[in-house]
Amino acid sequence: MELCELTGNELLKKMEKKEISSEEIVRSVYNRINQVENKLHSFVTLTEEEASLQARNIDGNMRKGESRGLLAGIPVAIKDNMCIKNVKTTCSSHILENFISPYEATVVKKLRDAGAVFIGKTNMDEFAMGSSTENSYFGITRNPWDLDYIPGGSSGGSATAVASDETILAIGSDTGGSIRQPAACCGVVGLKPTYGRVSRYGLVAFASSLDQIGPFGKDVEDVALLMNVISGYDENDSTSVNVEVPDFTKSLIENVKGAKIGIPREYFVEGLDGEVERAVKEAIELLEKLGAKTLQISLPHTEYGVAVYYLIAPSEASANLARYDGVRYGYRSPETENLLEEYEKTRGEGFGAEVKRRIMLGTYALSSGYYDAYYLKAQKVRTLIKKDFDEAFQKVDVIVTPTAPTTAFKIGEKVDDPLQMYLSDIFTISANLAGIPGISLPCGFSKKGLPIGLQLLAKPFDEEVLLRIAYTYEKNTDWHKRKPAL
Amino acid sequence: MAEYETVIGLEVHVQLKTKSKLFCGCSTEFGAPPNTHTCPVCTGMPGVLPVVNRQAVEYAIKSALALNCEVPSRSIFARKNYFYPDLPKNYQISQYEQPLAQNGYLEIGTDSAKKRVGIARINLEEDAGKLLHNIGSREIDGSLVDFNRCGVPLLEIVSSPDIKSPEEAYTYLTTLKNILRYLEVSDCDMEKGSLRCDANVSVRLVGKKELGVKAEVKNMNSFRAIQKALEYEVTRQIKALESEERIVQETRLWDEKKERTYSMRSKEEAHDYRYFPEPDLVPLVAEKKRIENIRKTISELPDMRRQRFIKEYKLSQYDAGVLTSDKALADYFEQVVKSYNNPKMVTNWVMVELLGRLNTVNKQVRESPVSPGQLADLLKLMDKGIISGKIAKTVFEEMFNTGKNPQAIVQEQKLVQITDEKEISRIVEEVLKENPDAVEEYGKGKQKAIGHLVGQVMRKTQGKANPQLVNKILKERLLKK
Repeated sequence: MELCELTGNELLKKMEKKEISSEEIVRSVYNRINQVENKLHSFVTLTEEEASLQARNIDGNMRKGESRGLLAGIPVAIKDNMCIKNVKTTCSSHILENFISPYEATVVKKLRDAGAVFIGKTNMDEFAMGSSTENSYFGITRNPWDLDYIPGGSSGGSATAVASDETILAIGSDTGGSIRQPAACCGVVGLKPTYGRVSRYGLVAFASSLDQIGPFGKDVEDVALLMNVISGYDENDSTSVNVEVPDFTKSLIENVKGAKIGIPREYFVEGLDGEVERAVKEAIELLEKLGAKTLQISLPHTEYGVAVYYLIAPSEASANLARYDGVRYGYRSPETENLLEEYEKTRGEGFGAEVKRRIMLGTYALSSGYYDAYYLKAQKVRTLIKKDFDEAFQKVDVIVTPTAPTTAFKIGEKVDDPLQMYLSDIFTISANLAGIPGISLPCGFSKKGLPIGLQLLAKPFDEEVLLRIAYTYEKNTDWHKRKPAL
Repeated sequence: MAEYETVIGLEVHVQLKTKSKLFCGCSTEFGAPPNTHTCPVCTGMPGVLPVVNRQAVEYAIKSALALNCEVPSRSIFARKNYFYPDLPKNYQISQYEQPLAQNGYLEIGTDSAKKRVGIARINLEEDAGKLLHNIGSREIDGSLVDFNRCGVPLLEIVSSPDIKSPEEAYTYLTTLKNILRYLEVSDCDMEKGSLRCDANVSVRLVGKKELGVKAEVKNMNSFRAIQKALEYEVTRQIKALESEERIVQETRLWDEKKERTYSMRSKEEAHDYRYFPEPDLVPLVAEKKRIENIRKTISELPDMRRQRFIKEYKLSQYDAGVLTSDKALADYFEQVVKSYNNPKMVTNWVMVELLGRLNTVNKQVRESPVSPGQLADLLKLMDKGIISGKIAKTVFEEMFNTGKNPQAIVQEQKLVQITDEKEISRIVEEVLKENPDAVEEYGKGKQKAIGHLVGQVMRKTQGKANPQLVNKILKERLLKK
């Protein structure tokens, strides 16, 4: 077995016993990348030299017996919308193709301080807008379970890299499902923390009130480990919340006895793929068997989630993406005659179709005369959706749903039908609107051999209950142990 | 001709003089080399987030309280969207639906004719950068942008349309500036751009209820220019109405050289700023206790100080008004009075000599080369009879030019007053001898002739002789004749 196939926790144990070095792990990961990256294209930028140097330094420090961080020597891949100082941050966009960040994201700094080794920057839908990683200026990423299929998105590169052992751990961002949905498509574990749990400083904003950074791992234990590193209040992010960060690995208890699990009827409706439904129901039955109590609940405003999301997210994005104008950094259209033309051509040529579509949607929704009917109305419904969850969590500890209505779809299948594409996130969007945490973990495979994801949702700042139930489920199944044949 | 009335509302932007910018830690210092006070946040790099400067919030609340505003317990920031190269994010973080403060007023005018001008709202927002079209005197191909000013905290103070004349607008601005300087929250220096003002103006027939179509006038760089631009606009608009032209709602720019306004853009071309709540910032919460603590830090405001000057120093309305019209001046005055307790005399010296001299060199009180202590020393020298009033003016001029102490100047230049009667008598004798004509005329009853003789004595002593003594001795001597 190659080192790259192991989990972060397994590797840390081996390192502790001095059986292996970080350099060996990094070499193993890069060997794997060299084998499969041309098929998958998980990465936009690889930082092998820096990674090797980092690994050697960490090995050196460990030999000297210096105190080591929680992730000392473990490879982590970073979605290409988070800034690593002096490394390109492209957001998979032409407009930022050559942008080298002059500063470091808080999350990256925390990972660096914990001894993580940065393998590279992963591919994504341009500016995190998409559910398939097909909207990348640098080309698509393929699902390791079947190369004709999408890996999900927008953090498709991070999910693929973890699933295919091109990295041990990865970081993604989730605005409407961009961690959970690709985790489901690729058969790995992905967690979107509570809004405000992880600092967004240095995460290139898509929709500020919805964006949240979170971990990918091969199992729940690795995700808990990453949560310990990246969580916490940051004075550079006014929306991060100053609450105590628990030791998430302490929630890894194999016990769901008495846990109350809500099953929202609005999530088991037409459009839900039969195989997915069966797998999720079997997962629920297993949890019941392990001692959990299930309860039918209702989240009555669920049906408005997608509509609300596609008003609020584009509105915020229309302002967030205004800064890409070619004046200070990034792509600038050559040979323009005047300022207006420079703006128009730079942005017209620099952004892809989906990004432009959403900027236009948002600009429209915020325009004078439309604001009340669209943006403001959407905010009101968002409050109702949040209220649905508040009420539900008075009765239950977690809510169980499918992560996505279907398994991964075929490359190209939905590129010309944005509305169909938007529906891929129908089960994940509400958690972002409500600001609550959600996790996706493997719960089966389709006949075609594509992974199916189980989503658990909890009340704000109760990631611990998600991790405990996910961990218990994982301990009693072995979906997460399967590896794609590449 | 029908009678018209003018309606003016002013939007004033003042830079708050915090050490660092509104949303990052960069310095707000004026005049640094371009782009040296910048960071990823104020240059709008991908992924950065704003963090509110507490000091700026404090200054803003302090200003709002001094302007009699309501300060709600919760206000929110909003994004104002427009593209311009001096605005790195292409949106400005400002306030819109729930401003920092609202419903205040500013009292203008004198005690006999006081008037309240409403303050509709006060927003806390960030300044933009600056575009440069030349380097020094050299024109360049294209434009450069300097982000040093970008993110400096601004207070936007929006008046109600309560101002009835360009002159009143001028008074409003000087009063507002004075208050903000008293609070020490802003320099309010139009030349350095720390105070800027746009004016909305319309005219209507007297008695009409609805407002006329307004023009927004921009690009004035002094209070006088604002007054002139408004005067021009009022005349233009009345002329238009008289000739039955339609006035269009538009933004007009003031041309300082030609002393006229011209159209920049019409209402149709106006921006849709697409304001919406800033999702990167949580609401600004101002607890009652914090507001009250800030209220306590407000020192005496100009009007209160003026009243006190009248009472405590027995000054005239006018003198008290002038002295308190500038905090630095009022402070100067009180410091002099502290060591030389003759308010009337100090008033004269500060208002006539000091202000007059400062005016000739175009300097502010706080740049005065003569310190309050030095002025007090000078007045004491005069009081003790060591120098005469006339010499004192010479000494003051020397102090102003060199910054030296009055004692030193008096010694160096041997300006001590001659009070020795024998010495004066000796000189009087000389003068009498040399001016028999004047002596004769005086003898014939021409009282005026004595003036000539006094002048001669003073000339011989370079003005150092004590004038009272000279007079006394001369008269005695002439009577004896």
